[in-house]
Amino acid sequence: MIRPPDLPSPGKILTLDDVTVSFDGFKALDGLTLSVDRGELRCIIGPNGAGKTTMMDVVTGKTRPDHGSAWFAEDVDLLALSEPEIAQAGIGRKFQKPTVFESLTVFENLELAIWGDKSFWKDLVARLTRAERRHIDDILDVTGLTTERAALAGTLSHGQKQWLEIGMLLMQEPELLLVDEPVAGMTPDETHRTAELLLSLAAEHSLIVVEHDMDFVRSIARRVTVLHEGRVLADGDMGRVQNDPLVVEVYLGA
Amino acid sequence: MLTRVVRVGRRLWTAWDADRGGTVLLVLLAGVAIAVPALNQLAPASSALHLSTYSLSLIGKYLCYAMLALALDLVWGYGGILSLGHAAFFALGGYAMGMYLMRQIGSRGVYGDPILPDFMVFLNWQKLPWFWVGFNHFWFALLVIAALPALLALLFGWFAFRSRVTGVYFSIMTQALSYALMLAFFRNDMGFGGNNGFTDFKDILGFDLHEDGTRVMLVVVTAAALAASYLACRAIVGSRAGRLFRAIRDAESRARFLGYRVESYKLWVFVFSAVLAGIAGALYVPQVGIINPGEFAPINSIEAVIWVAVGGRGTLFGAAAGAVLVNYAKTYFTGALPELWLYALGALFVLVTLFLPRGLVGLGASRRRAVQAGAAAPVIWALGSHVGVSLGSKLK
Amino acid sequence: MLGTELQVERRRLLDRTERSGRRARPNGALWLPSLLLALVVFAPHALAQSRDEEFLAVLGELGDASFLDKEHIVERLSRSGHPSTRAVLTAFLEDRLYVRAKDRKIVIVKSMDDGVAPFDLVDPVSLQDAGSGARDEVTRIGTNNRLRKLLKTTVARFDLSSPDPAVKLAAVQEMLRDLDQASIALLGGRAGVETDAAVKEEIETGLALAALDGGDPRARLDAVATLARRLRPQVRNRLAGVLEKGADGNFVEPDEKVRQAAAAAVRRIDRSRALYAGVETLFFGLSVGSVLVLVAIGLAITFGVMGVINMAHGELMMLGAYTTYVVQLAMPRHIGLSILVAIPAAFLVAGLAGVIVERTIIRFLYGRPLETLLATFGVSLVLQQSVRSLFSANNRSVETPPWMSGTLQLNDALAITFNRLYIVIFTLIVFAILLVVLKRTRLGLDIRAVSQNRAMAQAMGIRTGWVDAMTFGLGSGIAGIAGVALSQFTNVGPNLGQAYIIDSFMVVVFGGVGNLWGTLVGGMSMGVVNQLLEPYAGAVLAKIFVLVALILFIQRWPRGLFPQTGRAAESQ
Ligand SMILES: Nc1ncnc2c1ncn2[C@@H]1O[C@H](COP(=O)(O)OP(=O)(O)O)[C@@H](O)[C@H]1O
Ligand SMILES: [Mg+2]
Repeated sequence: MIRPPDLPSPGKILTLDDVTVSFDGFKALDGLTLSVDRGELRCIIGPNGAGKTTMMDVVTGKTRPDHGSAWFAEDVDLLALSEPEIAQAGIGRKFQKPTVFESLTVFENLELAIWGDKSFWKDLVARLTRAERRHIDDILDVTGLTTERAALAGTLSHGQKQWLEIGMLLMQEPELLLVDEPVAGMTPDETHRTAELLLSLAAEHSLIVVEHDMDFVRSIARRVTVLHEGRVLADGDMGRVQNDPLVVEVYLGA
Repeated sequence: MLTRVVRVGRRLWTAWDADRGGTVLLVLLAGVAIAVPALNQLAPASSALHLSTYSLSLIGKYLCYAMLALALDLVWGYGGILSLGHAAFFALGGYAMGMYLMRQIGSRGVYGDPILPDFMVFLNWQKLPWFWVGFNHFWFALLVIAALPALLALLFGWFAFRSRVTGVYFSIMTQALSYALMLAFFRNDMGFGGNNGFTDFKDILGFDLHEDGTRVMLVVVTAAALAASYLACRAIVGSRAGRLFRAIRDAESRARFLGYRVESYKLWVFVFSAVLAGIAGALYVPQVGIINPGEFAPINSIEAVIWVAVGGRGTLFGAAAGAVLVNYAKTYFTGALPELWLYALGALFVLVTLFLPRGLVGLGASRRRAVQAGAAAPVIWALGSHVGVSLGSKLK
Repeated sequence: MLGTELQVERRRLLDRTERSGRRARPNGALWLPSLLLALVVFAPHALAQSRDEEFLAVLGELGDASFLDKEHIVERLSRSGHPSTRAVLTAFLEDRLYVRAKDRKIVIVKSMDDGVAPFDLVDPVSLQDAGSGARDEVTRIGTNNRLRKLLKTTVARFDLSSPDPAVKLAAVQEMLRDLDQASIALLGGRAGVETDAAVKEEIETGLALAALDGGDPRARLDAVATLARRLRPQVRNRLAGVLEKGADGNFVEPDEKVRQAAAAAVRRIDRSRALYAGVETLFFGLSVGSVLVLVAIGLAITFGVMGVINMAHGELMMLGAYTTYVVQLAMPRHIGLSILVAIPAAFLVAGLAGVIVERTIIRFLYGRPLETLLATFGVSLVLQQSVRSLFSANNRSVETPPWMSGTLQLNDALAITFNRLYIVIFTLIVFAILLVVLKRTRLGLDIRAVSQNRAMAQAMGIRTGWVDAMTFGLGSGIAGIAGVALSQFTNVGPNLGQAYIIDSFMVVVFGGVGNLWGTLVGGMSMGVVNQLLEPYAGAVLAKIFVLVALILFIQRWPRGLFPQTGRAAESQ
């Protein structure tokens, strides 16, 4: 893998440069350029259709951009990797719509998310080690799903599914977490706990959080990027962005 | 000593508790393996208990179908991959076995050619085609029986899963595949007997196929194969790989983003399932005494799907039970009321999809759950487990 | 097995149309007498009577004439101007002229066969039926080679002066089959006066063919130039003959220039024939493709728009085909019209069946395509068995209306059978109507709305249940119409549907689900490819190749030729 010629300042966990994605001529991302520091918690906001989810699709390998480049930890060319390879490289993702394995139990969901070498033949004979069990128990505890460990994931409430998905992300031990609208459908209490969780993660991991709930964003945000029509409209700390007249006009409303 | 017994007993109990349906299936199969030889060989022909040759081949046939159903259920019931090509794998296994059986005929054929099967003599062929070489050895035939379906499944699956051909597209493609194979096998110049396929087999491994003794052995072998397949499928389903296979059905992209190359999981299960189907076909051919291109017909694959659906998809023993039940009904109907069979089968398709999405097993399960929901059930349950546990601890 | 049957059927069908095509071509032998008959009716009565007597007298002499006498008699007859002359001479040529023992009267025998039944006789003067006569009561008036040649030329001369160009054309073509001095002379005489272009061209061909044997190199060169513009194999082979060497090792054609021209002419003819053969293959392919499009287009709606895997689609076509059969039973005297009646009838029958299936079964299964596959497969079994119970398991014969048989002979190298032409046109019409329904009508708007966002459509007051029923009914009705077309091409039996279901799905998947144009292009190209492969691989192998190619194609482009894009497609 070749390093990009114009090397960005060291310590970047993610660098998107001039990324363009179009669907039938419509540009969902239009020359998006963005970088996130290692250990940063970045919030991304923007109106519906701004391209936030599409940006995550590009980073995780689901969508291939028409042009542009995407680098992970400065030396991994994301555009050359498949989805599982990107996940193995250390990027985890939570979908906008909670996506868990509904016909498996909560415990099994977490088991499958264990970080490690993943191949059919190994998984045919794989047994949980004691350490792995303890890890799963910890995550169950953190996500408040201990009592549901044997329940089928399909029977969980919406908020619980969100938590389970976050729990799976944690099992995966990624360096970079992409979290798409994590608190949608959560009670205020759950929202609060989510905020705490994300904040606690920010030290060891890098996070990109997309969210509409401005209170939630305010509660966690250090640096905020506003996307609009596939490009960055504004960027900076919460206070600055909130008072940016352009942002107020297209997104926040008067 | 006693603790040893207790430990084994405990283990048996947990096994039974974890998979009651499967245990019943295994016990039944053991019963078949004991009862069939006894009733055929020991009961005098005049007695009402005597098992006729006809019944022997019926039982053998049902067991083969059950194995096919098992194979299909593994991919469809657990992975949501509805293959309409399993009849093709079944037929390929059957053809490989048929080739061995044809070579066994030797000079006893109508034309008396020591090497060439009758149909080749009839077509004026001078030499055995290269792909027939080796089939005079049983071990070679066995190899091909497993390898041929595996290879086809590997090839097809590799392309299909890699390009993310899923859902109904996969079904339609597998259907087209077996249709194409059927057309090909109908051709005389393919070297597989064209329309008529293979028949008039004489013996297998030196045992006369017309002897009841040989047929009893075949039934026993089939029962054993079915039991082994069941255990293998259960092991796969119970492994982490099996859990991931199920997980893929629920949320394929989630599995990808967890870092799994989902294609390879699908592929290997699919290949294994194809091999099972091939073995089932290979066991089927000597027992029914014929294999022809009709076995590739897409309708056969779809019929196998309905066996699984009737029994209960996603429950291995349910699929096997469904195959036996539906085929028993088919035997009965086509004998007694032939015009009604297609109506019955058609209605079965409709009713099961509409009202029994989880099949008969699902029906049983919801009945049990309903009972449990009643006041008495938990008590009985609790009492039962209490007795079980205390019994266990006392014995210790 | 089904595919093989299908191919055999296609073969048979081709044969049938070719045979009927030949039958439909004007037949001079039958045509002329009736025309002359009409003349007789209008001719002045008295004149006719005396002429009849004279004719009869001359004819009577045939009874015991020598071969030489017979030649004279034939010449006198040909000059008599009697309207029955041609018919009598034709009968003579065909050995159907007999003399009756008891009254020495000359009679024509209607048809010759090897049986023992008495001959049906025709009066040579009036050409009316004249009862029958036992075989031993009549004696054939013999002919020899010379006499037959004379008779042939004389009949041809008659035909050449006929007012009907078709008769003239047939006569010239008949002469070309076996050119002799007499007919060359005849053609030569006719060349100057003939006005009909086609006949004139044919005469020129004949004269040029004759001129190739002439002594004048210039004339031979001209002849080659004329023949170079023809496409007939006979002409091509004759020109190729010019290039050969005789037994003595010398060229048959001494003139180098003529040989070169002939070689160029042969090449030119070969090129044109190859071109037309290509056009024909293309057309055949398009007609096969039209059948595919027709059977798939209903599916394109139920599968493409509604996401229902309708395995009973083939059986809905079968219903359409049986409807055609029943309509023909109901109106046996109007076979020509029956097809036109059957089209709406089949649409209604199959459409109604579709609506019933949708309302009772499919509506509970939306969003679960694999389940619809299983349930509709059950429906297909029930439909098949119902037809078996109702009409028996045997194939029913559906007649082809006369206007659908026959051939359009565009030139010597290209003939197009009408039924193939009609199927192409019919398919395009159905396609166009469907397109209009979907794009221009309220129903079409509703259908598209529901297929794109069911919940939103419902919220906007669209009765989604009704729209679902209508959509499925529309797709099913079109399957019924396809069945009417199929009844003209293949056996109408309970298995009709099964033979086409896989093809239909392949067309839709290949074209791109949810895209009608894709279905059209996909079906047509599948037909053409199939037709291109057939000469090399044979029908069954060609089909296998196409299937395998499609399977590979789908692996590479899982969404077909014209993929649907957007998130709606992904969530499917
Ligand atoms: N697969 C796709 N096909 C077509 N259009 C798409 C696709 N994915 C996203 N889009 C379009 O791209 C735009 C951005 O979508 P998205 O990234 O989901 O926005 P956000 O998440 O910011 O709300 C939207 O207008 C959406 O309709
Ligand atoms: Mg979004």
